[in-house]
Formats: sequence, structure tokens, C-alpha cells
Amino acid sequence: MLGALVIVFREVIEAGLIIGIVLGATRGMHGSRRFVIGGALAGLLGAGVVAAFAGAVAEAAGGTGQELLNAAVLALAVVMLAWHNIWMARHGRELAQELAGIGRAVAEGEKSFPALAIVVGAAVLREGAEVVLFLYGILASGESGASLLAGALGGLALGAATSSLVYFGLVSIPLRHFFSVTSALLTLLAAGLAAQCAGFLQEARIATGLSQVMWDTSAILSDTSALGRILRTLIGYTDQPTALQLLVYVGALIFIWAAAKAAAPGRVEARAPAE
Amino acid sequence: MRHLRGLCLGLAAATFGASAVAEETTLRLTIKDHHFNPVEIHAPANSPITLVVKNLDATPEEFESKPLRVEKVVAANAEITLRLRPLPPGSYPFFGEFHEDTAKGRLVVE
Repeated sequence: MLGALVIVFREVIEAGLIIGIVLGATRGMHGSRRFVIGGALAGLLGAGVVAAFAGAVAEAAGGTGQELLNAAVLALAVVMLAWHNIWMARHGRELAQELAGIGRAVAEGEKSFPALAIVVGAAVLREGAEVVLFLYGILASGESGASLLAGALGGLALGAATSSLVYFGLVSIPLRHFFSVTSALLTLLAAGLAAQCAGFLQEARIATGLSQVMWDTSAILSDTSALGRILRTLIGYTDQPTALQLLVYVGALIFIWAAAKAAAPGRVEARAPAE
Repeated sequence: MRHLRGLCLGLAAATFGASAVAEETTLRLTIKDHHFNPVEIHAPANSPITLVVKNLDATPEEFESKPLRVEKVVAANAEITLRLRPLPPGSYPFFGEFHEDTAKGRLVVE
């Protein structure tokens, strides 16, 4: 039962942390919950489909179907996160006013919620497929299914609880720092996902260069430990990154930061001509 | 700006360029009753390895190995193909994530 709990907890945490960040980053914004829930449900549906077709997926593309699917879903999430950050840079001021209850409310259609819904859906799809497959294995094997199922539910509850810590942490951030903190977190998240995507492309032997392992910090903090896994999702920490992963990580950070800076509206022009 | 294009092309070439073709080794592994068979497989050093994992169980397993940088689900009664880069001599453990206590093995490269 403990084994099932640990396995389900691991997968739920990876999606749950992302959901916690997205929910926290959109706190108080009208209409955001609907999109997050919708994204999660779509992701669950997709997870079921992927799990059902796991065999066919694995065989596709000359045996690299699974890695390619993971890479594609991750890449989609990265693009959506980058787009959200760029959008926020452009409209953050108006949203801050809405949050503070003063002045302009941003029309729902203008918001970046669909992008975030896709990020949530992508995370739930990736991790959900593994959970579905694992649970199917439990049910199909019929070996003391009840205790294993109890463990799985325990893992789900624990994962949800840990993820909600992130959410509560974010909503406690004072408004004046809120956007800079959440956009920094989302940027780190995107860079981490991009590095994971690069890892899958290397696993599929599509990207064969830059595969030297840059360092090994597994003795200090293994990315299979609890804290290591949490950091892996939140900021993209891996204990043995390849050169390509490092390159992609730094590149994503720089690109998103620069693009958001470029999208930000210029400072309000002086009211009177400068002397 | 001119140099940026060259830099990008160079990076792309480094990433996607094909590695030199060395003699390839094919290894086979089966999963039965949540155990790997054989538990230990051997391969020569510095040769690209193709590992075929066949799942004889009626439930899925997730083949995972950190040193081999592999994480892939094998559906029930199905098989997957893993292409491993040429490896230096050593012992590379792998396990089945869904049944970690019984599904354990290692690839010995010498």
C-alpha cells in the first residue's frame, strides 16, 4: 500500500505543483477558476486516452512515440507559459488595478486564461497517463486491490495537500510584489519544462549532440528525493543535466525575460514636455 | 546579427548531427511477474545499444533508469525499444517504477 501511495504521490505532485502555481498566479482574477478546472478535466480525459493507447503510442515513430509525445506536450506548455508571461508584461498594470478593486476590469476574453488552461491540461495529461496506467495495473492484477487503491488515494490526497501549500504561499504575497514573483516562478517553471523536453528529445535519440553530463550533484540533492522532485518541477532542478538541457534552460529563461521586457509598455510619458 | 545566424546553425548542427556509426548491440529483456529476466545484461563499451523490453505481464510497467536517462512505459503484453547512447564501462541499474521492490536489474558494460 505504501508503494502505491509513493508512486501516485510522485506523479500527482508534478502536476499539482503546476496547478498550484497557476491558481496562485491568477488569484482574484475573475473567471480564472473555470479555465483551470476545464484544463485539468481536459487533461484527465487526454490522460485516459493516452493510457488506453499506450502500446500504440510507444510503437509510433519508430519506437520513439512516447518520448515524442512527452516532448510535444512539454513544448506546448512552455510556449503557453511564455505567452502568458509576455501577455502579463503588457497588461499587468490593468490586472493589478482589477485585483486591487480599483478602476479597470480586464475583459475576460482578453486574458491569458486559455493559455494557462493548456498548461494545466498538459501537466495533468503527462502525469495522469502514468497514474491511470499504474491504477489500471492494480485493478487488472486483482492482487489485494483494496489496499493498493487505498494507498493510491492516500498519494493523491498527500500530493494535493503539498501542492496547496504552494497555492497558499502565493496568495499570501503582498500585491505590490505579486506579479514580479509569480512571473519569475512561471518563467522558472517554463525553463524547467523546456529542459525536460530536451531530455526526452535526447532519450528519443533525435537530439544526439550536447549529451555530455555537465555535473553530478546527486550526492548533495538527488532529484529522485522528495525535495529534489519538488525543485525539479518548480525550478527545473536536475542533478545530472546534459549540455543540451542546460543550454535550453538558460535559453528559455533569457528568451522569456527578454520578450516580456520588450512587451511591457513604456513608462508613462511625462505630463509636460521635459525641460 | 550576422554572427547570430551562424551561431544558431552551429548549435543546431551540434545538437542534431548524427553520431559516428559504430557497431550496434541489441539486447533483449523480458518482464514476467514483475521481475526482469535476465536480471543482468551485458554489452560492450562504446557501442550504441538497442534494448528491447518485452512485457509478458498483463499489467503495464514503467522502465526507468537514471544513469541510462530512460523513463518509458511498457504496456501490458507489449514491447518497447530503447536506443541507448554508447556507454563507458560500468554498471547501470534500472528498475520498474510500478513494482520497484521486485523489478530490478542492471546493464553491465565492459
